[in-house]
Amino acid sequence: MSESDHLAGGAGQSRIAGLVIDAILCAVSLMMLLPLVFLISNAFKTPPELLAWPPTIVPHQPTLENIVSVLRETPLFHWIGNTLIFATLSTVSIVTTSAIAGYVLGKFDLPGFTVIFGIIIATAVVPFEVYMIPLYLNVQSAGLLNTWPGLLVGYLVMSFGIFLVRQYVMASIPDELLEAARVDGAAEGWIFLWIVLPLMRGPLGALAVLAFFQAWTAFAWPLVVMTNKETYTLEVGLALFQTGFTVDIGHLSAAAALALVPSALFFSLMRRNFVRGVASSGLKE
Amino acid sequence: MLTKPKWLFPVLALLPILGLYGCIRVYPIVETLRLSLYQWNIISRRKPFVGFANFIELAGDPLFLEAIFNTTIIAFSVVMITIPVGLALAALINSRQGLRRSGFYEASVFLPHVVSLVPAAMAWKWIFDARLGPLNALIGLIAIPAQSWLFDPVLSLLCLIILCSWQAIGYAVLIFLVGLKNVPDALYEAARLDGASSLQAFRYIAVPLLKPVMLYVSVITLISSYNIYAQAFVLASDVQGAPGHLVRVLVLDMLENSFRNYRVGYAAAEAVILLAIVLILTGAQFRLFRDRSRA
Repeated sequence: MSESDHLAGGAGQSRIAGLVIDAILCAVSLMMLLPLVFLISNAFKTPPELLAWPPTIVPHQPTLENIVSVLRETPLFHWIGNTLIFATLSTVSIVTTSAIAGYVLGKFDLPGFTVIFGIIIATAVVPFEVYMIPLYLNVQSAGLLNTWPGLLVGYLVMSFGIFLVRQYVMASIPDELLEAARVDGAAEGWIFLWIVLPLMRGPLGALAVLAFFQAWTAFAWPLVVMTNKETYTLEVGLALFQTGFTVDIGHLSAAAALALVPSALFFSLMRRNFVRGVASSGLKE
Repeated sequence: MLTKPKWLFPVLALLPILGLYGCIRVYPIVETLRLSLYQWNIISRRKPFVGFANFIELAGDPLFLEAIFNTTIIAFSVVMITIPVGLALAALINSRQGLRRSGFYEASVFLPHVVSLVPAAMAWKWIFDARLGPLNALIGLIAIPAQSWLFDPVLSLLCLIILCSWQAIGYAVLIFLVGLKNVPDALYEAARLDGASSLQAFRYIAVPLLKPVMLYVSVITLISSYNIYAQAFVLASDVQGAPGHLVRVLVLDMLENSFRNYRVGYAAAEAVILLAIVLILTGAQFRLFRDRSRA
């Protein structure tokens, strides 16, 4: 595409207009990033500099003191480890169940399948917070509080994932392909594993990012299920840490920055997957 | 070789997933609906059926009414900010499409949506901080007296709205960009031949075509704002460990009733109301969507 761009497509745009738009977008971008930039720079500031006005973006005397003492005071890396395990297991479970259920509901037509899919779609709009309490009571009576299974129970399936895979399978995997494999005598399980699954890489990749993100930012459920300092996820640990008896902005910023940077990097790199996941969510007819 | 019946694979593949789904999705939802009709304190063994008494009590519960009022104000304000700002930003970014810069714009607007909720809320908490925060220093420059942002019932709502909008805009821009890319170029060409300015072209071609997308984004944003909890949890807890002014949102009130007051049935009734709100919003979206496509 050339420099003579189009605002929403066509009409000629002068250089001046282009510059104005760039100026606006630069200002907005910086405003959006500023809170996070401050957070990261505060993590490296000495107490006197934290009180300075105007707040500095680049610390004059950068110090690692905040980060070192946060790591000494809190099991932050332990929490990050917990969250990684939780998010990974949740993602594996969601991708697996969505791939199988989406494929079966998209390519097989048995009595009752329409109803089953209808129920799955109906539950898709129910927010997790709505049915959290009965789920908690079940986890409690099963004695699974503060355990991995107890935490994962809330995040093993995703209605939207099943929907996404089913849409894709119906639109992009031709019946002829499956029939040809059946004529050649391939077993159904083999067809799924070796023919269908490789074709679903795109939507499953998008779904994996969404699932990982969902688990990574989960808050209410881990807060009530994991109640030992040892078993906290990162979000919960941080939120409770910042209610502690500390006024120390430096420490708080250091803890938040340590939690923020890896996830920000990861999800920014995965932006394309987000787009694909969202774009295939039924926006296109 | 024995031929297996055709239905064997799909049934065997689906059964375990359906079992799981039933246990951790369908059953808890049904159980929530059922519990909302009972008066059940975890401590007592008895669980008397009380019909709609929980709902009637909720209607007169000042804390619940405050929660639903706050949450509604927040949700609708966030949508009012997010949709126009998101649309304008998406249009501007779209106009610079193809330049190296546009990737940077897109990424920086999207970043707040994908960073973890708690650290992001902590960043804003410092900005809003009454004594140390840059916000008070900034408004001090234009001679507005310092405010205790997070301790004032009205201002703390405003803080939550700012935080949630900042997080929601990235999502809106992302979807609007997808929508804008799907607008056929030929339409713009035709508009340009008719002598329309680029603003007019956007106003009369892109905006009407994006109506369904705007509806979709509004509903998604509304629903997710009705479920906010982490943001309120972080902003409302005081740095000195003293309980700050609580911004009472629905989920917070529900969890308090369930885990602090042990009133499970009562909290379930609250969950049912939250569900009803979500269903009404989703239904309204479908209805509007249908009317648009018929028009």
